[in-house]
Amino acid sequence: MPLITIDNVKKSYGANQVLKGIRMDVEPGEVIAIIGKSGSGKSTLLRCINGLESIDEGAISVAGSHLGKTELELRNLRLKVGMIFQQFNLFPHLSVSRNVMISPMIVKGASEVTARALAMKNLARVGLAEKFDSFPDQLSGGQQQRVAIARALSMEPQALLCDEVTSALDPELVNEVLSVVRSLADEGMTLIMVTHEMRFAREVCDRVVFMHQGKVHEIGAPEEIFANPSTPELKQFLGMTTH
Amino acid sequence: MISFSLWDILRNLLLAGRWTIALSLATFVLGGMLGLLILFIRTSKSRALQNIARVYIEIFQGTPLLMQLFLVFFGVALFGIEVPAWLAAGLTLTLWSASYLAEIWRGCVEAIPRGQWEASSVLAMNYVQQMRYVILPQALRIAIPPTIGFSVQIIKGTAVTSIIGFVELSKAATVITNATFMPFTVYAAAGLFYFMLCWPLSKYSQFLERKYHAAHHH
Repeated sequence: MPLITIDNVKKSYGANQVLKGIRMDVEPGEVIAIIGKSGSGKSTLLRCINGLESIDEGAISVAGSHLGKTELELRNLRLKVGMIFQQFNLFPHLSVSRNVMISPMIVKGASEVTARALAMKNLARVGLAEKFDSFPDQLSGGQQQRVAIARALSMEPQALLCDEVTSALDPELVNEVLSVVRSLADEGMTLIMVTHEMRFAREVCDRVVFMHQGKVHEIGAPEEIFANPSTPELKQFLGMTTH
Repeated sequence: MISFSLWDILRNLLLAGRWTIALSLATFVLGGMLGLLILFIRTSKSRALQNIARVYIEIFQGTPLLMQLFLVFFGVALFGIEVPAWLAAGLTLTLWSASYLAEIWRGCVEAIPRGQWEASSVLAMNYVQQMRYVILPQALRIAIPPTIGFSVQIIKGTAVTSIIGFVELSKAATVITNATFMPFTVYAAAGLFYFMLCWPLSKYSQFLERKYHAAHHH
């Protein structure tokens, strides 16, 4: 049974329809890359999955929790699917450990001791145990993004959404974040990532989704998508980005 | 005829000045609490709630404080309830200051980047948790200078309450003038007291503004 079901999702901003009936199922443990030009709707689709954007038509569910309009429905959905942003969005007034501990404590009611242990474990998992007491502005972009990953993991989600998580990073910092994402994939985390890192998509992802003008234009294993693009749009897109 | 020394005048103004300070403090604390509540309503997700807060703010910012004072003082009396001057003064100033503080703080809340709302949303926090743990702690930093700046307006606003017979600095000045026939001296002294209360606060507010603009601290 699929972990994430996206069924005929449509969304418009005013007269501009950005999602034109998206269908997609994601199996547990699958790693999906969403690629496409800017404006193709890929980030919007990602943001719909955890209710950051509302949808006009269709349905989305993650592990049995449906995307609804009520606080309770959104909360249940967001307990199952975490998200990491391009701009990290760490809480600048809180230390690294507090960033990671806060949600388990106030949302799940974890004790200080439990949350601290969980934070330590997840910060170690992203290689930042020694930054436990630092503040976000004392860290590099790559380190901040890894803290953001640890923060998402501490809610113990069943899937993670990654929205261009390396796009705001200096080139030399990209790999440290990608290697953490790769380790999550290896451990069986379900990942949906909007990315411009084609090599990473090719090496790590199980399936690649090419979005074009608000639709899933092509979907398939990375070997097919990258080696044998069947539509001129994808050929053009790959031509634009691979050299 | 009794003669009054300057010390007599100053002493009596100082005694009444305690009420100006007490009323200002009470207004600041109570108005701040009510303002915080209105802020929550004003920035909530419900359009209906937002509108209630907006109407409240527009009424209290769109009418003179003096009219509000009269309406509370005489309006409540229409229902047969005798409102003492101090209560009408405190209540009106609280309602009035809350409308301004809520708007000042809304500006500070809206200055917090959207990413902070999104990050706390996807961590499954509800609105109150987002405000309490993520948004307000950051907004507080930028809110302190304008809030202290507004406290100066509250102190000056208390002068209006003299009109309903609440004996604070301004009312005392009028009473003393009637007894001494030295209006210039008395009102100058009263003005000086207001200045001594307000000026340090204004300076402090400016100092904080520069400080927070200059550097980012935890």
